Amino acid sequence: MKVFGAAAAAACLVALPAMAQQLAPSPTLDAVKARGNIECGVHLGLPGFSYANDKGEWSGLDVDYCRSLAAAVLGDATKVKYTPTSVQQRWPVLQSGQVDVLARNTTITFSRNATLGVDFQGINFYEGQTFVVRTKAKVAAVKDLGDATICVAAGSTEEKTAADWFRERNLKVTIINFQKNDDAISAYDQGRCDAYTAGIGALAGQRIKFKDPAEHQILTEIISNDPQGPVTRWGDERWQLIVRWVLNAQIAAEALGVTSKNVDEMKAKSTSAEVRRLLGVEGKFGEMMGLSNDWAYTIVKQVGNYGESYERTVGMASPLKLPRGRNELWTKGGLLYTPPFQ
Amino acid sequence: MIRFLRDRKVRDVLWQAAATVAMVAVVWFFVQNASDNMVKAGIASGFRFLWRDSGIEVPFNLTGYKPSDTILALLWTGIVNTLLVSAASIAVATLIGFTVGLLRLSRNWLLSTLAGFYIEFVRNIPLLFFVLFWYFGVLATLPAPRESLSFLDVAFLNRRGLYVPTPDDVTGFRLALLATLILIALQIGLARWARSRQARTGRDFPTWLVGFGLCGALPVLAFVAAGALTPWDVPSLRGFNFRGGFTLVPEFVALFMALSTYTAGFIAEVVRGGVLAVRQGQIDAARALGLTQGRVLRLVVIPQAMPVIIPPITSQYLNLIKNSSLGAAIAYPEIVAVFMGSALVSTGQSIEIIAITLGIYLTLSLAVSIFMNWYNARHRLVTR
Repeated sequence: MKVFGAAAAAACLVALPAMAQQLAPSPTLDAVKARGNIECGVHLGLPGFSYANDKGEWSGLDVDYCRSLAAAVLGDATKVKYTPTSVQQRWPVLQSGQVDVLARNTTITFSRNATLGVDFQGINFYEGQTFVVRTKAKVAAVKDLGDATICVAAGSTEEKTAADWFRERNLKVTIINFQKNDDAISAYDQGRCDAYTAGIGALAGQRIKFKDPAEHQILTEIISNDPQGPVTRWGDERWQLIVRWVLNAQIAAEALGVTSKNVDEMKAKSTSAEVRRLLGVEGKFGEMMGLSNDWAYTIVKQVGNYGESYERTVGMASPLKLPRGRNELWTKGGLLYTPPFQ
Repeated sequence: MIRFLRDRKVRDVLWQAAATVAMVAVVWFFVQNASDNMVKAGIASGFRFLWRDSGIEVPFNLTGYKPSDTILALLWTGIVNTLLVSAASIAVATLIGFTVGLLRLSRNWLLSTLAGFYIEFVRNIPLLFFVLFWYFGVLATLPAPRESLSFLDVAFLNRRGLYVPTPDDVTGFRLALLATLILIALQIGLARWARSRQARTGRDFPTWLVGFGLCGALPVLAFVAAGALTPWDVPSLRGFNFRGGFTLVPEFVALFMALSTYTAGFIAEVVRGGVLAVRQGQIDAARALGLTQGRVLRLVVIPQAMPVIIPPITSQYLNLIKNSSLGAAIAYPEIVAVFMGSALVSTGQSIEIIAITLGIYLTLSLAVSIFMNWYNARHRLVTR
């Protein structure tokens, strides 16, 4: 009997280190590696966030997230297959496993989290809802829109936010729900509605689609908080971990001053322990997730940090010219904040 | 036992029972499988969401629906809107279809060519294109609210729709409606009497002329009198838009126009086929009896054409009801737009919502089929 006990204990001791090397299984990660690309659900076409040019090349803030994920997981930011989805399609596409991640201007809400079987892995854009109106309508604030007709995309958070906002203030408005953003925009442009409502970032991009952008004015008043970020389906916690920390790495790189230009130098010379851990010089953080240790280095090298990506896609270097505002690092008065790489 | 199975009737019943059980088992398996997997994936399932607050605005409804009502009320609003546009389009499509179909057969070259042109044009264009054309075409030609077209300062037409006054009190109109119903009953009685007198004495009675008076002029007078005695809620321009009265939204008008003109093209061909199926001898015989052209059509041709026309026309009606779902493309709040669109996204319960929607279309279509089959059986030519 004693011999058996000792043998069992010995077996356990031998088995323990082997088990510590074992990672929780991740069917999504295995599938991505086998397939050789990331399937990323994006917007049908929203300048600044996900937009394909006439050559079919995608660009935008959400697209940059997809590219970062591909850089981290596959070592190549170009290994992304984009699946453009409408407001309605995005959930079934994610739930059924057609896409690995959804990066599609999707607002985090309680009921989505509780009933759709999806999880939100962080915030890559703090959006706020507002309205675009014709300049000649002389609207200064949202409350001036009482009695107005408003075009909106059906099934978006904007549909409900607008309905609630006017109802709470006892203002009567007519809300017309279109199945696609583009239909709502062209109906507004045709004069079916007095206003079109969407997030302020989305409007900055969509304004380009109007026949005469100068005739329209985006109100500065914001009536909602719409935090948006990458979404995954329930289950596969290790894939969720990767999705979450790829976003954190983009933001942390900016906070730590690592850019696509100085990343090689930082990797070789930086004395900051956190930079060294982020770039995979110390700590073997990539291995803990089942990735290579230079995962974050590859992101910054190939895509850039969050700030670079923001300026290029929606910021001052882009046609949208959105100021950083709330999407600035916490050290500079914004809301972007990451847990430490420790 | 073996002897028992040799009975053909018993075998037939057994086979059918087995097939039914197998079918139920397959459906049950799929439902069970789907609901298990949904629970595993953390997706809400079940039908409780129907009693949740909807929070969705519906700009055009006849049910008095408010965003604070339940999703069930939203569904009902969608059904009513689908029925409304389908019923209106079916009525007008039938009218246009019969007219164009008969014109196509006209001996007047211009009329039959124009009718043929219309039919070929309409039948060879995708319906979605037609719907969008009517919507954006209609929107583009109408004026902005401030430059509305005004009719006697009580009704207004602009890009936001047609604004008409509504009565504040409907008692007068109820009385007028009652009077109309009585007049219609009178007319039916009169027609019966006239027919039996004609059978008895051969003397003609101007039933149609009297009918125009009884069922046309008098009810109009009654409604005009009721309208004059009732206070009205007249729409007026307040801020951005007109308020008050009833608004017929451009989405309804566009969908209605598209569906009725499109389906009319198909109905016209069905009618033409039905009329051509009546043997020429019948028409010649009727003419030989000295009947006028109109009576030949009404008494001889159409009654014999109807049994040929009704089955294919039923399938056109069913197509029209299903095609009304294209209203979703132009934000007409019918069942697909409000229920399979807004409600589906806000609850995420795709399987339940799609199943309910399928069930509703199936019920509507079966109801129309049953009615048309009954109508056809009732009006079948009695051969002696």
